Amino acid sequence: MLSRRSDLPLDSDAHSRFLPWLIAFMVFLAVLAMAAVLVLGATAQRWDRGVSGTLTVQLAPTDNPARDDENQKDVLALLAGTPGIERYEALGKDKLLKLLEPWLGGATEAADLPLPRLIDVKLLAGADLDARALERRLRVRVPGASVDDHRVWLERLLRLIRTVELVAGVILAFIALATIGTVVFTTRTGLAVHREAIEVLHLIGARDSYIAGQFAGRALILGLKGGLIGLALGVPALAGIGYLATTLGTAVLPQLSIGVLHWLAVIALPFAVAGLAMATARLTVLRTLAGLP
Amino acid sequence: MSNENTTGANGPVVRFEHVGLRYGLGPEVLQDVGFTLPAGSFNFLVGESGAGKSSLLKLCYLALKPSRGLISLFGSDIAITPRRELPPLRRKIGVVFQEFRLLDHMSTFDNVALPLRVAGTKEADVEKHVIELLSWVGLKDHLRARPPTLSGGQQQRVSIARAVIARPKLLLADEPTGNVDDAMAIRLMHLFEELNRLGTTVVIATHNMSLVERLGHGVLHIENGKVRAAPPSANRAADSPAPVDGAARGDGPGEVTHAGLGEPPGIENFL
Repeated sequence: MLSRRSDLPLDSDAHSRFLPWLIAFMVFLAVLAMAAVLVLGATAQRWDRGVSGTLTVQLAPTDNPARDDENQKDVLALLAGTPGIERYEALGKDKLLKLLEPWLGGATEAADLPLPRLIDVKLLAGADLDARALERRLRVRVPGASVDDHRVWLERLLRLIRTVELVAGVILAFIALATIGTVVFTTRTGLAVHREAIEVLHLIGARDSYIAGQFAGRALILGLKGGLIGLALGVPALAGIGYLATTLGTAVLPQLSIGVLHWLAVIALPFAVAGLAMATARLTVLRTLAGLP
Repeated sequence: MSNENTTGANGPVVRFEHVGLRYGLGPEVLQDVGFTLPAGSFNFLVGESGAGKSSLLKLCYLALKPSRGLISLFGSDIAITPRRELPPLRRKIGVVFQEFRLLDHMSTFDNVALPLRVAGTKEADVEKHVIELLSWVGLKDHLRARPPTLSGGQQQRVSIARAVIARPKLLLADEPTGNVDDAMAIRLMHLFEELNRLGTTVVIATHNMSLVERLGHGVLHIENGKVRAAPPSANRAADSPAPVDGAARGDGPGEVTHAGLGEPPGIENFL
């Protein structure tokens, strides 16, 4: 639909000069919003993968260490007979002390503390194990046994991530709408400014698509120009955030792990915006021309 | 050069029946207009200024839709012709607008080339035809000039060149000789007669009655929104070139080098 030449002096239109800069700004914002979505998406997936396939069985300590050993043995036997479990492992005392070290200090002082027994359970991929049911079964044999599937913690985190994603999605949608609005406005102005020339083209037998193609081609070029400027601004900003994230450490910000696919998505943004501008201009012109006899 | 009359030499090129036209809710500027223009006819459209000549032409070149009545062009009722089939119809019609309507940002060459490019003609052919025609109307030295730098008469010739470049089957000209002296007017009339001789149906709106009388073609009188047709003269071309040629030869503008447009060198190549 692109015409190879231009019959309308769209290149010299003053009103379309600001279009690339507006689009650049839009693409810049879109790059940041998209980066947020991609990074959070990746983080959520990692958390999901890392935690959702595991359970922790905790046995409250009794006064009698021999009793605790007995209980642990019973539970392990029960776990062995439960389907859907890939492997399980009772944490040794040294490992437990290591987990507690930040709170209790060196292992030697805590050696005689009554510690709960922890059993790390890894589920088979895709196994649908009911943690509550397992807990009830364990409690029959060992009162005070509890099964933690991290679900509450995980669900809150995931909800937070979904919310951020939704906000980013709304921002992207607004950016798209603002781009469409700007292009519609610019195109309408162009139609009004070149009304006389368009009428002549129309009367000598130009098809609507021929005229629309000229506006669409112009919008594509302006969109690409603006999009690439926006990308050129957005990528360093993104890299800067990534650098900050690594220097601050993963504890503060999730590690920015932008994969090849994500980079491709970011790089495709200016082209998507330019395509959007082109389609918008085309439709605007076609709709306006439909009013001519 | 023999495929001109594909619309049928017999069927009328333009047919109006009970056509009325009003702008908005105003009075009808054309009332109950009915006439037919046979293929290959040469017609003058005369009437006082404000009588509706331009409106009638606008209906013919599909810039306006009638408020009532039937308009048929090349055998298609335009009221029921789908919108996407109108561009091919328009390409068969060449229009010389009263106010020229040249595109000021384009060179003379590009203005004249426009109908060919819109119709998708190959660029090599476009160049050949446009240069040939522009030399023929005496504007060879102004190929790259923009319309605003041309005189009124030159602009008129550019607009006429644009109207005839695609060899229309129907040529509509609204006061095409309003901005040129009598000699040039006669030359341009001969261009139209030449086109007509090759099969184009011609309608020329004018109030230059002396021109009408001199050339002696069919005349449509328009008066108070109604049209009265005098029968088109059956044998055009056999008439007056001789006396008017003399006039043109004497005092044509300097850039027109051809002696007379009756036998221009190479006109068959582009017409």
